[in-house]
Amino acid sequence: MTTLDATLPARGRVGAATRSFLAIVERDLLVIRREAPSFLVQTLVQPLFFLFVFGKVLTGIGSATPSFGTILLPGIVAFTCFLTPLQAVSIDLGRDLGFTHEIDDRLLAPLPNVLVALEKFGLAALRGLIAGACVFPLAYLVLGSGYHVRTDLIAEVAGMMVLTALLGAAIGMLVGAAVPITQIGLIFSLLITPLLFTGCTYYPWSTLGGLRWFQVVTLFNPLTYAAEGLRHAMLPPIAGHPIETLPMGWVLLVLCGSLVVITGIGLRLFQRRVVS
Amino acid sequence: MTAAIEVEHLVKRYPRGRANAVDDMSFAVRRGETFGLLGPNGAGKTTAIGILTTRVLPTSGRAAVAGIDVVADPIAAKQRIGVVPQTSNLDRSLRVREILTFHAAYHGVSRRERQARADALLEELGLAARGKDKLDWFSGGLQQRVMLGRALMHEPDVLFLDEPTNNLDPQSRLFLWDRIRALHERGVTVVLTTHDMEEADRLCDRIAIMDHGRILALDTPEGLRRLIPGGTMLEVRTRLPQAVPAGAPAGEEPVEAALAALPGVTAVERRPGSGTDAAAVYRLYATGDAGQLLASAAQAVVREEAELLDLRFARPSLEDVFIHLTGSNLRA
Repeated sequence: MTTLDATLPARGRVGAATRSFLAIVERDLLVIRREAPSFLVQTLVQPLFFLFVFGKVLTGIGSATPSFGTILLPGIVAFTCFLTPLQAVSIDLGRDLGFTHEIDDRLLAPLPNVLVALEKFGLAALRGLIAGACVFPLAYLVLGSGYHVRTDLIAEVAGMMVLTALLGAAIGMLVGAAVPITQIGLIFSLLITPLLFTGCTYYPWSTLGGLRWFQVVTLFNPLTYAAEGLRHAMLPPIAGHPIETLPMGWVLLVLCGSLVVITGIGLRLFQRRVVS
Repeated sequence: MTAAIEVEHLVKRYPRGRANAVDDMSFAVRRGETFGLLGPNGAGKTTAIGILTTRVLPTSGRAAVAGIDVVADPIAAKQRIGVVPQTSNLDRSLRVREILTFHAAYHGVSRRERQARADALLEELGLAARGKDKLDWFSGGLQQRVMLGRALMHEPDVLFLDEPTNNLDPQSRLFLWDRIRALHERGVTVVLTTHDMEEADRLCDRIAIMDHGRILALDTPEGLRRLIPGGTMLEVRTRLPQAVPAGAPAGEEPVEAALAALPGVTAVERRPGSGTDAAAVYRLYATGDAGQLLASAAQAVVREEAELLDLRFARPSLEDVFIHLTGSNLRA
């Protein structure tokens, strides 16, 4: 063992913080790789059943129009991208800050605490992206001839998925930092179910015209904008008519705006939890 | 050379706290010193460590590690410190060896160097065969070892151990004490908190006795003992002459009276005798020259025609010191 009393050379803060950040990313990538099988099963069972029941069964028995599977898919991608990081960050963070304190070793690494949070946030978003991307082949298998996705707006699809995953991670960080772990279950049922069902994941926003008050309610849910954005980027024109969605300008504005605000609050709460 | 730790008028008041958790605390730790913060639960030890390890922001005052202000420059401070917390915070997603190597990676240690250090530390801590293990079935003692190894991976200037042997089995405790002594010999500055008097006494060069967020006394273990008035304690074991009943009330019993009358003796205490030999044990508290006292006590016993069985100096324990300083027992 080398001498322990040697003083560490004074390093540049930025260099040290960068090395530290990259090492933490490396740690998370290792853990993601290791947990990949169980992670994928865990995140893909729900979209699988949604696609099967809504896209295949309901259309098969005539309870839904044949194109319903196509309309549904962007919503499924949106909620998978959204929910996966939300759950990953909030449960992880809640547990870490609440009782396991496994994050402490990273908080004692030579980098600002905020970067530890942002790393967690970014890697969770990555998980969301992976899960969301896996929905496509899954849908292709389940929906078969009912699988229609336009391929000319791939960049837009990717961009919307990234935004959606980041937004999910941001809300996850907010919940994880604000809610004691013992209450997480309660918060999930109070938060996630309403978010999912008012988020225009199972229906295009424009079709809600007959239910005006509900159409207005959905506008307060950021998931609505994610689903509508993905619908815009993914849906081919049906019977010659392009699907009507919320204007993309609004979609981007609301998604980016809520991302900044929620991340800001989440980081502040995190900081308050880790330094008293 | 700057001190390993400098703390000046440090105060921490939690928003909802009724009193200051740390209340105007000042001390300095020299490089290479093993320094103990001793006190009951709630004395402010963990908060003090929290401030020094950048996890708690002080309300006022200054704290520096290796000359670096921990509030102004937490990143540089974090490079200099290693921390072993009270309870395990090990990264359970990783295997034992990875816990060590990733920690070193967070601290910018090169890949080759961290492999070498991990090998050496695992070996030293008796974990060489467990590097690939998951933590699932690790006992508290083993987890403690992993945490110690982890804290040493980036070769910190100052190692903080918060209640290191709390909840450890006796064997793990002895193991840890050995490790701490070995670190001391290598010149690592160690700061440990404890409410275990024996631990502080055995390991520390100097000890700060704390209660209610304040340092009541700070000295070497020997120096602290001298705080007890009449710093000498002499134990006299005698077999009393048959004529005097062993249970006679204090003062009426001639041996006790003779001992109490010796010059410098401030108090005599009759202690319960041990064994079945009907011996009487007296503890003398005295000031002045210890050798002189020893001689005159022996003479006094002989003069009273009692049989002298044993004479020895008793050392006041740190517990005695604590009781003397606070008027109460360790609450822990």
